[in-house]
This record gives sequence, structure tokens and C-alpha cells, in this order.
Amino acid sequence: MKDEKTLLEEFQSKIDKGIKIEPKDWMPEKYRKQLIRMMSQHAHSEIVGMLPEGNWITRAPSLRRKAILLAKVQDEAGHGMYLYSATETLGIDRSELLEQLHTGKAKYSSIFNYPTLTWADIGAIGWLVDGAAIMNQTALAKGSYGPYSRAMVRICKEESFHNRQGYEIMCSLAFGSEEQKQMAQDALNRWWWPAIMMLGPSDDSSPNSDELMRWKVKMESNDAIRERFIDRTVPQADYIGLTIPDPDLMFNKETGHYKHGPINWEEFFNVIKGNGPCNKIRLKARVDADRNGRWVREATEAYAAKKRIVNS
Amino acid sequence: MEKDTQGTLWEVFVQANPGIPHKHVGSLHASDEEMALQNARDVYTRRKEGISIWVVEAKNIKASSPEDIGSFFEPANDKVYRHPTFYKVPDGVKHL
Repeated sequence: MKDEKTLLEEFQSKIDKGIKIEPKDWMPEKYRKQLIRMMSQHAHSEIVGMLPEGNWITRAPSLRRKAILLAKVQDEAGHGMYLYSATETLGIDRSELLEQLHTGKAKYSSIFNYPTLTWADIGAIGWLVDGAAIMNQTALAKGSYGPYSRAMVRICKEESFHNRQGYEIMCSLAFGSEEQKQMAQDALNRWWWPAIMMLGPSDDSSPNSDELMRWKVKMESNDAIRERFIDRTVPQADYIGLTIPDPDLMFNKETGHYKHGPINWEEFFNVIKGNGPCNKIRLKARVDADRNGRWVREATEAYAAKKRIVNS
Repeated sequence: MEKDTQGTLWEVFVQANPGIPHKHVGSLHASDEEMALQNARDVYTRRKEGISIWVVEAKNIKASSPEDIGSFFEPANDKVYRHPTFYKVPDGVKHL
């Protein structure tokens, strides 16, 4: 039996060579724990993320938009499923993961605790929230854990439509009537900062990143991803004549990047702690869905058991 | 209260096009094989990724273990003569 030090060296050398770590491979306990935390948080975000958009399915302005939104929300459910499955390969049971979500022990992305007040919010979510998520997920697709990285590749492929349909909604509104343009601007005003914040705390307040980077659990710093997101998004806002609600936002010619104004991290941590505008109703919707669906799960089990008896 | 059921774990294999092998794409939960097949369709082939799906209950898969790969695959290590490049072909001889 190899000692821990040798195993750790072999593990690190695999990662350095770009060889993926697979479920049955040896891995440090901290790596496993961190991945379970990250991946389940990601899975929960996909599932809870269906709620703000689900709010608008019945009120989509046309059949085309309705079909698109349905497909998008169905994708989020699928993404949640890929991610729960991938998380389970680390040796944790699905019911335990759900239990952690329902008791508030596990977190999900802060962004889904904001309400969707108008149809323009559906545009802003696809454009900004999915846009930011794609930045983060493209980085994670290069991560070291095989099942997570494979799920990310799949998710990124599917999410590019999410991003585009959102921008398309924003375009229609921004080039529409004065009221529609205002509605689009209002949605941008409310979603911009939460989208900037959902990429996580600033690097100087994000602890133990070094080890996670070395293990390729995290691939890029939060600030680097945030910068790329802003660089790509600002010209898109310019094109449709909307204003980013950041008076300090400036293009730095020397670095070639935008520099944003101060972020209200107090708001971010407050939302994470459970005090965002929708935390309580989001969690309640999940807990209710789980409870109300329990008899269905039990019935399918009973049906399967009956069939086994009949067939034997 | 009795433990909640999440069904059993199934591994999913999808054949993307005719003539190529089924490939592992991930896993899911279901109560029986029919439900597993339908869930697999909804979770893994929403964009025409497949023309055929296999589902196998995860507990029925026996896998080699990573710790033993050295000795397990060792028999193939010293048999270079299984590859055509091992053999010398005289100059001028064709179609070998």
C-alpha cells in the first residue's frame, strides 16, 4: 500500500499532465469534499434557477417565446440532473444532497433569490445570468474531475442558446416602443449587479484558492472571469442602446479591459445568508415540490415491485 | 418517518448514429427500466444526440479498479509482436 505522500504526488502529477481524475481513482479527502460542495451547489442552482423563469412561462408574449422558455427551463432541469449524477460519483447519495438543500445547509447561486418582475427580466436573465454562468462554466469544463468536466462541456454547449435567446428578447424590447425600451433598461438596472456578483467574491477575500487552482478544481480566479464577462457584455449593451448601471465603468486603454465601480459585497453576503428578496419562497417551492412529489416516487417504486413479482 | 426513495441508479449509454458503438453519457435515477429509458431520453437526448439508448442498473456493472491497472493490463505490455509495425518487410515487397 502506497503512503499518502506518494499518492498525493501521483495525483498532482496526473493533474499537471492534464489527465482527468475519475471516480474510482485515489483523491485527497479535501478534493472530494470541495468538489461535492461545488458540484452540488451547482446542481441546486440549476434546479432553483428554474423558478424565476418558470414564473413567466404562462405569460410569455408569444407562442414562439413560450416554446423557447419551456425548452430553456427543461434544459435547466436536465443540467441539474447531469450534475446530481456527477456529484454522486463522489460517493454521496442523492437524498443526502437534496436534504442539504432543503435544510439550507447547501447553498445555490445568489442570483436566483431576485424576483422576475417583468418580461424583460427573462431577457436579462438569459443575456446576463446565463452569460456569466457560461464564462464560469467554460473555465470549469477544463477542470480535473472527469465527470464534472464532461457535464460542463455538455452544459456549455446547451447554454449558448440560453444566452442568445435572452439577448434576442433584449433586442426586441430595446428597439421597440419607448415603454419597451424602458422596461429593458429597468431589467438591466436590476440584474447587472447581481450578475456581476454571482461570479463570486473578489480574489482578495476568497480564501484557499491556491490549492484549488493547483488541483484544477477552480480554473480561474473570480475577478478574472468577471473581467472577461464585463468585457464581452458592455459592447452588447452599447449595441442595443442600453446603459450599464455603473457610473464608474471605464474602458482602460492600457490594459484593454473595462474597470468596474465598487461592488456592494454586503448585499451579496446578505443574500447568501438567506436575506435576499426571494430566498424564503425559493426554498419553500423546492421543499414543497419534494414533499408533494413523494407519493409519486413511492407509487413508481410500488409499481416496479409489482411488475417484478408478476414477471417472476 | 421511512427513508425517502430516490429510485435506483442507472448508467446510460447512447448510440449517436448507426454503425458506431454506444457510448456512456452519464447516469440517472429511476424506479424501473422503462422509466429509466424515458428519463434517459429526456435527460440525455433532448437535441437528437442519439438513435438508440441502453440503460443498465449501475449495481450490475463490474469495473476494473484503478489500483490494479498495472498488473491487470500487464499481459499486453510485452507483446509488441501483436502489432504489424513489429515485423520487417523486405524492400520492394508490396501489399503486406
